[in-house]
Amino acid sequence: MDLNMNVDAPHSMGTTIIGVTYDGGVVLGADSRTSTGMYVANRASDKITQLTDNVYVCRSGSAADSQIVSDYVRYFLHQHTIQLGQPATVKVAANLIRLLSYNNKNMLQTGLIVGGWDKYEGGKIYGVPLGGTLVEQPFTIGGSGSSYLYGFFDQAWKEGMTKDEAEQLVVKAVSLAIARDGASGGVVRTVIINSEGVTRNFYPGDKLPLWHEELEPQNSLLDILNAPSPEPMNI
Amino acid sequence: MNFMASKQPENSLLGPESDSQRTLYPYVTGTSVVALKYKDGILMAADMGGSYGSTLRYKNVERMKAIGKHSLLGASGEISDFQEILRYLDELILYDNMWDDGNSLGPKEVHNYLTRVMYNRRNKFNPLWNSLVLGGIKNGQKYLGTVSMIGVNFEDNHVATGFGNHLARPILRQEWHENLSFEDGVRLLEKCMRVLLYRDRSAINKLQIAKITEEGMTISQPYSLKTYWEFSAFENPTQGAVGSW
Repeated sequence: MDLNMNVDAPHSMGTTIIGVTYDGGVVLGADSRTSTGMYVANRASDKITQLTDNVYVCRSGSAADSQIVSDYVRYFLHQHTIQLGQPATVKVAANLIRLLSYNNKNMLQTGLIVGGWDKYEGGKIYGVPLGGTLVEQPFTIGGSGSSYLYGFFDQAWKEGMTKDEAEQLVVKAVSLAIARDGASGGVVRTVIINSEGVTRNFYPGDKLPLWHEELEPQNSLLDILNAPSPEPMNI
Repeated sequence: MNFMASKQPENSLLGPESDSQRTLYPYVTGTSVVALKYKDGILMAADMGGSYGSTLRYKNVERMKAIGKHSLLGASGEISDFQEILRYLDELILYDNMWDDGNSLGPKEVHNYLTRVMYNRRNKFNPLWNSLVLGGIKNGQKYLGTVSMIGVNFEDNHVATGFGNHLARPILRQEWHENLSFEDGVRLLEKCMRVLLYRDRSAINKLQIAKITEEGMTISQPYSLKTYWEFSAFENPTQGAVGSW
């Protein structure tokens, strides 16, 4: 046990973040672990942050950097919406994120996934990794936990999923990443954005499926010991 | 209390640089671009990969774009810097069009502009981390040039960036000739791209070939190349020396 745990290390969101389009909108998903070194500073963080009514961003990497970038972009988008007279498009939000990420690339360490719905292009997902590249994709993954999901998505992703299929895919994926990535954990949060609006969902750790070598959680050993013995078989 | 390490280097010769931006290392990168002159203009090939270190992360990146009416730009290196260069060129072409004088920037002029941009950034120790290939044709004159992140620039009948320099250029030196037909040009480029696919770790099997002629620019749909693995030496590499590797 490391008694010299660096509790003052910069807060980093190890993270697993995912953005997926479906026929009619987008589903954003994320885990909820924020760590400083080995310590989990926040086990229930909300990494899916609102930029406007119709555009949200998934944050990964440095917690401070991703928060400040989101705050600036929210501020710019608010002004832009007032001047435009109608809701901002997902593309504009993504480009603002890109502008800050690219122009401050030497100082920032944050990977972001912008997702939302607008009346012109429908549901769209944009990835803005380290360096400030802007990539529009039907789905994208990010954060340290995403390393474990490339193969999964190569196999499981399909064009034209329904809202429920897309959300189930995202929950399954984040849950798989949490199983293997020490920097990801906690609960799975999803945000679904479409023409009708925004829906937030919450999947607590104990409601997620169990994977290889994971056991059903128990209240106590005593419950197992005191469990009734199996019925004798009738041959 | 452990303060987050300052990003300012300790070197006291440099002045205050809280605003300065220098690209220290690339993040999302594209690999080789190969191009050659043929009978009607320029042919250029590049795969659609955007690597993130050793991970083949993005597989739908278009690394070749039309510039104005007469030019075609292909880029390898940091994709975000390539996207920024496209913005600079957008502005350049826009201002050129606004003159509305019937003249338009040709490939030679665009290449020169890019050279100046790349070299001046290099002098400020803040390079755009790209190797660029600029090809085009204007008034029957074919042009094919290249610029690197340190400003090295030249023009030739065939050029390549990155791994292409080592693997494609020798092939082109042997097999390129004046007045290649479109079919021969495409086959030659595909030969180069196949070798790159075998031997470049960051290559992916999804490429596009772009063509620019006096009529305009077209870029092919993404497609994959067949590869050959059925050599007996591949199936049984240790036949001649059992127990070897």
